[in-house]
Amino acid sequence: MTDRQTPTMAPEPAAAPTPPTDPFGDKDGRIPAWGPWAVIFGTAAALTGVLIAIGFNLVLLLIGTTLISILGIYVWGRIVEGRRQAFDRAITLGIGSIFALAMVPLASLLYTVISKGLARMDSEFFSTSMRNVIADGGGILHAAIGTAIITGLATLASVPIGIMAAVYLHEYGKGKLKRALTFFVDVMTGIPSIVAGLFAFALFSILFGPGIRLGVMGSLALTVLMIPIVVRSTEEMLRVVPDGLREASFALGVSKWRTVAKVVLPTAMAGIVTGVMLAVARVIGETAPLLITTGTFSSVNLNPFEGRMANLPVFTYTQYKFPGVPPEPFIDRAWGAALVLIVIVMVLFLVARFISRRYGTELRK
Amino acid sequence: MNDIDSQKSDNEAATVGTPPSGIGDRIFSGMATGAGVLILALLAGVAIFLMVEAWPALTASAEEIPGGDGLVSYIAPLAFGTVIAALLAVIIAVPMAVAVALFISHYAPKPIADTLSYLTDLLAAIPSIIYGLWGIAVLGPATVGLTKWLADNLGFIPFFEGPASTTGRTMLVAGVVLGVMILPIISAVAREVFTQTPRGLQESALALGATRWEMIRMVVLPFGKSAIVAGSMLGLGRALGETMAVTIILSVSGGVTFNLISSSNPSTIAANIALDFPESSGLDVNVLIASGLVLFAITLVVNIVARAVIERQRIDD
Amino acid sequence: MDTKERQVETAASSSTKDSTQSFRSGAVGKRIEAKDLNIYYGSFLAVKDVTMSVEPNKVTALIGSSGCGKSTFLRSLNRMHELINGARVEGSVTLEGQDIYSAGVDPVRVRQQIGMVFQSPNPFPTMSIYDNTAAGLKLNSKRMKKEQMDGIVEKALRGAHLWDEVKDRLSKPGSGLSGGQQQRLCIARATAVEPDVLLMDEPCSALDPIATLAIEDLIDELKQKFTIVIVTHNMQQAARASDRTGFFNIGETGDPGVLIELDDTEKIFSNPVHKETEDYVSGRFG
Repeated sequence: MTDRQTPTMAPEPAAAPTPPTDPFGDKDGRIPAWGPWAVIFGTAAALTGVLIAIGFNLVLLLIGTTLISILGIYVWGRIVEGRRQAFDRAITLGIGSIFALAMVPLASLLYTVISKGLARMDSEFFSTSMRNVIADGGGILHAAIGTAIITGLATLASVPIGIMAAVYLHEYGKGKLKRALTFFVDVMTGIPSIVAGLFAFALFSILFGPGIRLGVMGSLALTVLMIPIVVRSTEEMLRVVPDGLREASFALGVSKWRTVAKVVLPTAMAGIVTGVMLAVARVIGETAPLLITTGTFSSVNLNPFEGRMANLPVFTYTQYKFPGVPPEPFIDRAWGAALVLIVIVMVLFLVARFISRRYGTELRK
Repeated sequence: MNDIDSQKSDNEAATVGTPPSGIGDRIFSGMATGAGVLILALLAGVAIFLMVEAWPALTASAEEIPGGDGLVSYIAPLAFGTVIAALLAVIIAVPMAVAVALFISHYAPKPIADTLSYLTDLLAAIPSIIYGLWGIAVLGPATVGLTKWLADNLGFIPFFEGPASTTGRTMLVAGVVLGVMILPIISAVAREVFTQTPRGLQESALALGATRWEMIRMVVLPFGKSAIVAGSMLGLGRALGETMAVTIILSVSGGVTFNLISSSNPSTIAANIALDFPESSGLDVNVLIASGLVLFAITLVVNIVARAVIERQRIDD
Repeated sequence: MDTKERQVETAASSSTKDSTQSFRSGAVGKRIEAKDLNIYYGSFLAVKDVTMSVEPNKVTALIGSSGCGKSTFLRSLNRMHELINGARVEGSVTLEGQDIYSAGVDPVRVRQQIGMVFQSPNPFPTMSIYDNTAAGLKLNSKRMKKEQMDGIVEKALRGAHLWDEVKDRLSKPGSGLSGGQQQRLCIARATAVEPDVLLMDEPCSALDPIATLAIEDLIDELKQKFTIVIVTHNMQQAARASDRTGFFNIGETGDPGVLIELDDTEKIFSNPVHKETEDYVSGRFG
């Protein structure tokens, strides 16, 4: 390859190249890549020293390091690079700090629940209920079973309805019904959970008389909460299935319902399962609606249509809020139950993410 | 808008050449439509049943209502507390959520951006009762020093009037915890839009010699403005309806006050229901349900407006 | 006009850091050169061993079939290429002898010196026509008085042949204009900050023929003030509008693009040295 260049002009004396001068009065240099890190760690080290002298305080260290580093990088940048670059660097550090700040509650919360909940991670905790338990001992068997039954029923009700409604919206829907449904499903996602509980209570009160407490009432409340989540995530999944797939099926002479049932839905299944798992994760920890519908109960109850039924979130609440004397065993049980709840939710979240990664398409989250 | 228009505008699979329908199709589509109708009926049912059960309270005389002063003066302080807590949460959460969303969309290295958004979403997954436990056991006590300082030095501001609570069971703590809970909601909406900012616009700004922040300010934030508003309203709706965290954290003793750091706070509608319902009977139950109806109405309005804002943004794009 | 005269007087010395004068009026285009430039996306070599010199105050067109690396090369000239994850560059690009890729150089400042106009017109939708034009200026607006900015905006819009069409609606959003007008607005926006070099990445491919000709006329005028490098897939445009032309080509898919030949436009189109060049310009492929 030859390219015919006109002879280049004699370059300026190849002495120290001057950086492009620029009209906005900024400076010429550049902070090295390790610069910001040096500022952060240097400040942290210096502050640690100061604080050890006058009384160490982790919070002060973190806040001080953040604020002083931001100021420091701004000043350094201002001297070396110019006003705009310095400001950009300071903002970068600031935004990073805010993110770190947002992660602090997550870390603190997880640490607290784990450390306090470990006290009751014994076999008794998982194998006994609160039957005949006055203070020490006892466990969550009844609550865990109750949660499984109540949430299971809710899932059983909301998944078919939710999926079919999503199928309607995406595959069949048209006109006023479609727009109304889309709109109201969206609105439904905002129903406060306690209102869902009040609804379940009201319905059963009117039909069966006041003062009634049943497992299935809790399921009804949770169903109201789950349905919009299932509908929206299923609809999203159906949208992702390419139209070409449907057309190919029609071209083969397959009827529409079979296409949807045997081609579209299976293709979207990974995403739908993920959506359901996330919906379950969302409602499994809901306390308020269950507090006013299922009541509390000390023993195992396997019948959702009769009598009160214990469940994990309400158990956690009542143990903490109404401890007996001495309070410690109750508090311990509360944290233990909380830990179990968090583990369940995290597992559901993780598995859902794993499934969507492995089998799903572009599950937007 | 007639049927065909709405079909086309929604880019439906239903417009793809549909084969003639047999009996299977009619049953199936009937089921699907039925599910849709059922959901609408459910929603209507929620409103109707609540109103039926709230009715006795709405028509009762003033003395019969707990507090003896009628329904409005029963609900008013609760509504006040609900709004204060929620507003506090939104004020804290929105700037942080925007920063978090920006960090993930424009600052964090791409390989870890996914993990970071997952971590942020995890904040939304934690049950509210656990937030309540954490608030009362950890955050509250941790703020005691701070609130005492606030009462001592800034006590002339009505928000910090004091006397500072010694347990940390204050409106401030409740507001902060609510803020943490709604942050991921707002952040997810914002992040979605920030990542969709057209490349061409961002490149144009950079090609003019803008720094990263200047580009964000010129292009990304204006582009995402209505999403941020919509997300904030969704967060507000969530905060208004949040029950358990407030129930556990707040030390309640009554009336309307702007004092954020004391131990005597108004309750919120939701927390009040949670606290009183288990032991209530008769008209008291109806009163509580009536307050729930008010809450439902408030959150409904907020959510409808939020959705409308999102829709408008989508149409404009 | 008064502001213009003042601007012309206040001198060309671009090395002054006096922030009160209007910036770099009377600027002329600069020479930009690439030496042994290799451009990578991660480990994939997209453009190989380019050494070329772009004449100041001339229009240099880069032509070649799709995917041969001309846009990639263009973007490496103002350090926009590195915005893509994993993208990097080996070799040097010098602006009047100064390597823009050397360690002490801030890419942000490089882009202030070397501007770019893109394929799809993209005025900032939330800004008015005035604000769009002034966008680059406003980044440092502390130092500029309103009359001064008004003057520069008008000058840029006149320079882009857009002033007469928009002077009565400067406060309306830029999105209300036609495609050709929007692109001229983007050109005004890029030229308002008076860069040394103006890069244009297929600026007319989204426009109709009339708008295209208008822009080509504009480019002919702009070269008096700027050095212009334009990537185009339209050979006739290159033949019409440029002084020098560079031809890029690739072998098989997956091979890096290389600069085959760079010469005066007339020569490239009538009597090129390489057979590949001749095949391309006579339409035998591409």
